[in-house]
Amino acid sequence: MSDAAMPTSGPTPKAQPTPKTQPTPKASSAPKTGPARPGVKAVRSSFSGPLASVFVIAVTVLWTIPTFGLLATSLRPKEAVASSGWWEVFVHPDMILSNYHTVLFEGGFGVSGGLMPYLVNSLAISVPATVFPLVLSAMAAYALAWVRFKGSDTVFFVIFALQVVPLQMALIPLLQLFSGGAHLGSVTVLPALDLGGTYVPVWLAHTMFALPLATFLLHNFISQLPRDLMEAAVVDGASHFKIFRSIVLPLCTPALASFAIFEFLWVWNDLLVALTFAGGTPEAAPMTVRLAQLSGSFGGRWELLTAGAFLSLIVPLIVFFSLQRYFVRGLLAGSVKG
Amino acid sequence: MRAALLADSAWTDATVKLGNSLGAIAVFLGILLAIFFAAGRATGRFGRPLAVLVFLGPAVVLLVIGLIAPLIRTVYLSFRSDDSTRFVGGKNYGWALTTDSIHQVLLNTALWLVVAPLAATALGLVLALLVERMKRQAVYKSLIFMPMAVSLVGAGIIWKFVYEARDPSQQQIGLLSQLAIRLGWSHPPNWILSHPLNNFLLMAVMVWVQTGFAMVVLSAAIKAIPDEVTEAARLDGARGLQLFWFVTVPMIRTTLVVVLTTVMITTLKAFDIIRTMTGGNFGTQVLANEMYSQSFEQYNIGRGSTLAVILFLAVLPLVAYNIVQLRKERETR
Repeated sequence: MSDAAMPTSGPTPKAQPTPKTQPTPKASSAPKTGPARPGVKAVRSSFSGPLASVFVIAVTVLWTIPTFGLLATSLRPKEAVASSGWWEVFVHPDMILSNYHTVLFEGGFGVSGGLMPYLVNSLAISVPATVFPLVLSAMAAYALAWVRFKGSDTVFFVIFALQVVPLQMALIPLLQLFSGGAHLGSVTVLPALDLGGTYVPVWLAHTMFALPLATFLLHNFISQLPRDLMEAAVVDGASHFKIFRSIVLPLCTPALASFAIFEFLWVWNDLLVALTFAGGTPEAAPMTVRLAQLSGSFGGRWELLTAGAFLSLIVPLIVFFSLQRYFVRGLLAGSVKG
Repeated sequence: MRAALLADSAWTDATVKLGNSLGAIAVFLGILLAIFFAAGRATGRFGRPLAVLVFLGPAVVLLVIGLIAPLIRTVYLSFRSDDSTRFVGGKNYGWALTTDSIHQVLLNTALWLVVAPLAATALGLVLALLVERMKRQAVYKSLIFMPMAVSLVGAGIIWKFVYEARDPSQQQIGLLSQLAIRLGWSHPPNWILSHPLNNFLLMAVMVWVQTGFAMVVLSAAIKAIPDEVTEAARLDGARGLQLFWFVTVPMIRTTLVVVLTTVMITTLKAFDIIRTMTGGNFGTQVLANEMYSQSFEQYNIGRGSTLAVILFLAVLPLVAYNIVQLRKERETR
């Protein structure tokens, strides 16, 4: 059974704590099947031939060209971008890096200051918004799997079912809660928190929204840990806290890594939560929010917009090409999130 | 000189912000460790309940505050006026179902829901079949999967640039206009402004993003078909397309449905593409973006909540079906 074939199932029970020793197929995390499988081959052979290859290559080129065009444009001088298409780089390959300096530190979009603060915000939002739900959901998953109590099945089912709730259902009340506090009649349950312009609301929102999926996936993994090992630890007198730290966390590293990468990129690429909870100011708004604003409001300065967009793409692309195996697995597992 | 100063203050700002961020993580982990240490010393009959409380408590509290209570409150707000002061019954729902502009929104959303997932799944299936036989298939797969890694905002900007149109008398800088002119279309339209074509051009972005996902999942499912099945069909004389339609497709039907519904769910909730490329103008508005504009730009809390509930009701059967299929798939393997 392959991970890729079952999107929300997370790591398979068979997944070993040390996946590096397994052969690593590139884009697909499916196990390599032996060299010649007659059945599959028969189906494939009727779809092979030069035409098939031409089709795949054409799609690949079509899929790659728009991103390449963006990169090429971001490296061309202002006048060149305004007067000719990016494909001219093949004829006049004069490339510069100054667009990136301009867009990072000087702006040039009719606003003072560049994108640097927003890029920093993206990072400052994404890292904690990955760590918090990861740790909290691992704890919850452990309790649900190994510290059984009356009602634990119900709690697990409710958390599982919460995956179906679209973020949109939570935005308005949560924003009201952060800005106005909670009241029951005239009694203040929670005071209004003055968190405007800080990362706290975004961190909290991302943590809350990530918990159902993360708990579900990690529960799948943690509940498959060998029972003997757990029981031996209990017999040795280890507390649940000790077991969690010294047995569960180390054995879960592959599952944690997959989810961490998925969640980090999810937060980095997110627009909805950031737009709602971070506002649009340089104090807290990430790149996606600023780029969406710029894309709508400005005309003509493509050399700057493309440079800005590429700055926000570079991080996911590096993660994708360097950690492809974990990335694909985590992404497939999380594909129905939020 | 000024630029250097700006850059300098930008770096200071970055250091402070990242410091805050790392500080928050350190405090968070520190508190957890302290609690673990304290709670780990408790023994006897309190040990177990304490462990449940410490491990499960934070997640449950956050879920109640962050999802369960808001869910209920959004439904409640959808029955109240836009400033939430009066109970208005089903008035907001009536508004959503009878207003012309919302009709357009619902129609667009339905169109998105059908076209983008079907196109992405079909293309993904064809690619999954074709790419297996090729040399260097990992390269093709990676490149086709790559759009899945970037944000929908990034994807929107990438394609907005492709669709950029100028007056035909000028040099074109958008790829699509240039291609159209090269192919002999002397006056191509301004793509983003041409309704209803623009809807399909925006959907193309979603297809661009999701095809790699469909390809990778379906490719794995095809590989998992038992050899005996295809072999038996082959001995019975099935060939080529026949083999594909009557053996491969039925064998991966569950996975096909899972992929299709997964892309549908993503499509229904995604508002980033519309927001980045048209802002919902020129007849391209969809439900998710209208919900955002009503709630947070026009502050019509009642209407915004209503649209959120409608979105929820639309997603619910898809997710439920998706989960059932997924379980079925796991049982049969």
